[in-house]
Amino acid sequence: MAVQQAIPRARRGIPGGFSGSALRADFPVFERQTRTGKRLVYLDAAASSPKPRVVIDTMSDAYAHHYANVHRGIYELSEDATARFEAARRKLAGFINAPTERECVFVRNATEAINLVAYSWGRTNVGTGDRVITTQLEHHANIVPWQQLCAEVGATLEYVAITDDGRLNADDLAAKLEPRDGRSPRLLAIAHVSNALGTINDVAEITRLGHEAGALVLVDAAQSAPHMPVDVQAFDCDFLALSGHKMLGPSGIGALWARRELLEEMPPFMTGGSMIIRVTLDGAEWNEVPYKFEAGTPAIVEAIGLGAAIDYLTEIGMDRVREHEKFLFEHAWTALSEISGVRLLGPAESELHAGVISILLDGVHPHDVATIFDHEGVAVRAGHHCAMPVMLRYDIPATTRASFYVYNDLDDVEALTSAVRTAQQIFGTGN
Amino acid sequence: MDNLYRDFILEHYRAPHNKGYLDPHDLHFADSNPTCGDEMSMTIQLDESKGRIADVAFDGRGCAISQASASILTDELRGKSLEEIKAMDPKELLDELGVPIGPARLKCALLSYKVLQGAVRGSEVAWPKEAEAVAGA
Repeated sequence: MAVQQAIPRARRGIPGGFSGSALRADFPVFERQTRTGKRLVYLDAAASSPKPRVVIDTMSDAYAHHYANVHRGIYELSEDATARFEAARRKLAGFINAPTERECVFVRNATEAINLVAYSWGRTNVGTGDRVITTQLEHHANIVPWQQLCAEVGATLEYVAITDDGRLNADDLAAKLEPRDGRSPRLLAIAHVSNALGTINDVAEITRLGHEAGALVLVDAAQSAPHMPVDVQAFDCDFLALSGHKMLGPSGIGALWARRELLEEMPPFMTGGSMIIRVTLDGAEWNEVPYKFEAGTPAIVEAIGLGAAIDYLTEIGMDRVREHEKFLFEHAWTALSEISGVRLLGPAESELHAGVISILLDGVHPHDVATIFDHEGVAVRAGHHCAMPVMLRYDIPATTRASFYVYNDLDDVEALTSAVRTAQQIFGTGN
Repeated sequence: MDNLYRDFILEHYRAPHNKGYLDPHDLHFADSNPTCGDEMSMTIQLDESKGRIADVAFDGRGCAISQASASILTDELRGKSLEEIKAMDPKELLDELGVPIGPARLKCALLSYKVLQGAVRGSEVAWPKEAEAVAGA
């Protein structure tokens, strides 16, 4: 299989040790020009990332030469497909430092992972009068499943407040974790990185506080797993959710990691084939974990593609990915801050801020900003980013969000700031 | 780009016509654009026969396209009968905007139309098919 990769060796003097523009050669999408004839400046990784050629090639190779259903066929081709599918699970386990791949459940995306926990663990462990705690900076995927759960069982959902610069309010977190009427909160569900603000939460410390208060802790790693080291043992959390499509992998595949003992106790979320050991007309016996949670034919080739994406990221090194994005963030934050009429959300400190910048331009609506950016070849997201409570918190309808990844470089930061000036020119704002 | 953000669009955006809230009013309706969460409301005063629009105002915040579209649309409503309004073709509004609206922005351009139809019909209406080039978020 011909696989082109431009992953460079670490070089001194370059943050992260690699150049984003060199990596662009690995991503076929950058061969295309925009309809206005510009180079594509892709700043929307937080929504979904482009795919490197190695992921695309691995998937077509799997479909062409290694495809059969998994876990059933007593024939070579099925064994081959199964081995590749399970190898991807081991890669995933290694990527998040799970003690065993048996704790890694393949799902469609982080949203499904959180729903799995809310339906399976939630409906058996959260009852009338209980409390579930989440925060004001969450994606809807880490809010709505808990709203539904709490409404159904008569529990209360509480939100930890955020500060003006987009951090969790530590005092409010402590207050929310206090027992109420002698009862501890049942669960603390928190994003590692906010998709709307870029805030990085100290999930290890927050998990410690959650456990001290008697709650289990779920970490939504959809925005962090692609961009920085994620280590479930270091976090010491109980559940972790991620999406493959945001981390160079295909859409339709994601993962839930949970402690083995929790997975053993939890009832199945969906039922059907694969997840049973035996079925009689009177009932069924569940398969072992993680298969108990993988009813039906899984996203076989997508899982294999995710494995290839993990290999690609691992070869660069997640510490280097983080360092690279931190460097781009610092440059973008500084350059944008110098433009009058620009307001940036989230913490200013790069230690606390992932490569995601939410931008507001005085007098220009984010939708208009994004359209003007699009004309300049700069792809960004404009809207509420599925985090409407964040928009309410700052009393804004929407933001323009730029998000960086491995293939971005300082030219892209320059394109971003230049597009901001163009938008201001067209609308006659700024200086 | 200058095609989309022509001066007259920007003028309507900066100084929208018929912006505000009519009190009292006969009809009131609010709706939102799911792709951005922008909300728009419309208040309408009817004439003595209660069959024609005497005055109209829109309110809310939004992008240049949605605000200009509401400004242009509301300019034309006075004196129109409710039946005429129900029969309005959303294409005419797109034509009047006179700028190329890409698929991602059609809902911005047609939010005012949707709010107006909701107001005269007394309940939310579906997006016109012209806005369905892309699904909502």
